[in-house]
Amino acid sequence: MSEFICIVCPRGCRLQVDKNNKVTGNFCKRGEVYGIQEATNPTRVVTSTVRITNSELVRLPVMTSRPIPKNKIFAVMEAIQNITVPAPVQMREVILENVCDLGVNIIATRNAPLKEEV
Amino acid sequence: MKTVDIVVIGGGSAGLAAAISAYDQGIKNILVLEKEPYLGGILLQCIHNGFGLHHFKEELTGPEYAFRYTEELQKRNIDYRLNTMVMDISSDLTLHYANTEEGYVFIQAKAIICATGCSERTRGAINIPGDRPAGILTAGLAQKYMNIDGYQIGKKVFILGSGDIGLIMARRMRLEGADVLGVAEIMPYSNGLNRNLVQCLFDYQIPLYLSHTIKKIIGKTRVEKIVIAKVDEQFQFIEGTEETFEIDTLLLSVGLIPSNPILEKLGVNIHPRTKGPIVDDNLQTSIPGIFACGNSLHVHDLVDFVSEEGAQAGKAAALFVKNQLKTHPPLKVENGKGVSYVLPQYLKSRDTEQFEIRFRVNKPYQNVTLIVKQQNLVIKKMRKAFLFPAEMEVITGKFCDLMENGPVTVEVEDE
Repeated sequence: MSEFICIVCPRGCRLQVDKNNKVTGNFCKRGEVYGIQEATNPTRVVTSTVRITNSELVRLPVMTSRPIPKNKIFAVMEAIQNITVPAPVQMREVILENVCDLGVNIIATRNAPLKEEV
Repeated sequence: MKTVDIVVIGGGSAGLAAAISAYDQGIKNILVLEKEPYLGGILLQCIHNGFGLHHFKEELTGPEYAFRYTEELQKRNIDYRLNTMVMDISSDLTLHYANTEEGYVFIQAKAIICATGCSERTRGAINIPGDRPAGILTAGLAQKYMNIDGYQIGKKVFILGSGDIGLIMARRMRLEGADVLGVAEIMPYSNGLNRNLVQCLFDYQIPLYLSHTIKKIIGKTRVEKIVIAKVDEQFQFIEGTEETFEIDTLLLSVGLIPSNPILEKLGVNIHPRTKGPIVDDNLQTSIPGIFACGNSLHVHDLVDFVSEEGAQAGKAAALFVKNQLKTHPPLKVENGKGVSYVLPQYLKSRDTEQFEIRFRVNKPYQNVTLIVKQQNLVIKKMRKAFLFPAEMEVITGKFCDLMENGPVTVEVEDE
């Protein structure tokens, strides 16, 4: 039996999910879907920043292109911390392919043009 | 002196939406003034995702949400200035601003939209006793240091206040390798969204101490320890519940206050509860031609509603410039039982069929009825399964149901 707080809406139902993926404590159908997802394969989008060179920006914000398994968050963070990218970078550009062999890319979430020469 | 139809103060989520909306109403001579070296405001330091679910029907990060709006602004060739501070406004709508390229500039506006955002409450605002060492900072400032400037702020962190920024920063610092020892909240319930409680605290086993606050801060040059303790219903410390944490950083997420120094100086009427200007349903302040929107009007929890409010102010300001803004004798809007504030504070337009009142409740409620009343007559009733102070609510009604005079009140009817 696992317990979760449902985040589908502000009501915040306390969900119980048993071994057979039977959900109780949910007010609506969406809570059941959420409960099963959290009990069987919880995933999260990871957002962070990476080092960037030749840009007005000091840090480039990035994210995983899709949600990744919750237990891989710290492995993905370690990979992100080792990245340095040179400007220019376009928003949505792939910064690192197939991070931790998860089939997910790390992508930029902001444009970073080249630093203007003075 | 140069004349501009509409000056928008602040190039964040509210200001951008206001400028775009005013332009789309046919006012092309607009100037946006932004103090930071970039447009987008606080969104750019909010690198997490979850923005735009209402407005764009997808989950964006802060910088992406900001980009959607800056792109729209640039498509319309709306003029803007960065690194620019507004120094003064007069009631005849002349405005002084300064930047390093143009120096000190005077311009005449036909309407001004204030979208200056809010500021964080600091340690001084809540009077925490103890030493005054380094390492104590507000959560939003820490977020900027970390996500924009790239600093590691600390390694052993405690967070006071369960507001959303505090929760987001708990996760952010944990992901960057810090030890986040806990979050203390003086109220018996969390002030953050459920989603943030789950995904920022519970995911990382960060404890949440409800009905707890800081009793003492200890540290010579940098913060070394804090003592937290449980409080009773009167927020008095309960003896024997003290707990000590060794930390090097304390983040404060203890509330936001609308920031309106220029409007206050000008004498615009400020509401004691929202701390923002008193406005009518056109978002016009007590000085004709000055409009307010976004977090400088009242603190929002979702940026989508900030954009919506910005667009509303932009439209109204455009109508004002075109001399088409109709006003009727004002009807006062008041907060009744269970409601901590309402917005707007006056209904004046009656151009539209519907009126809309935004409000917050004073504590969590379940299975209650919301009532809009005028002169003790019920105008509208609405059942609500749950209401939370952390979530702004909206109730609408029809102007044709209202009487000529008497304040309109919104209240929560207990069972």
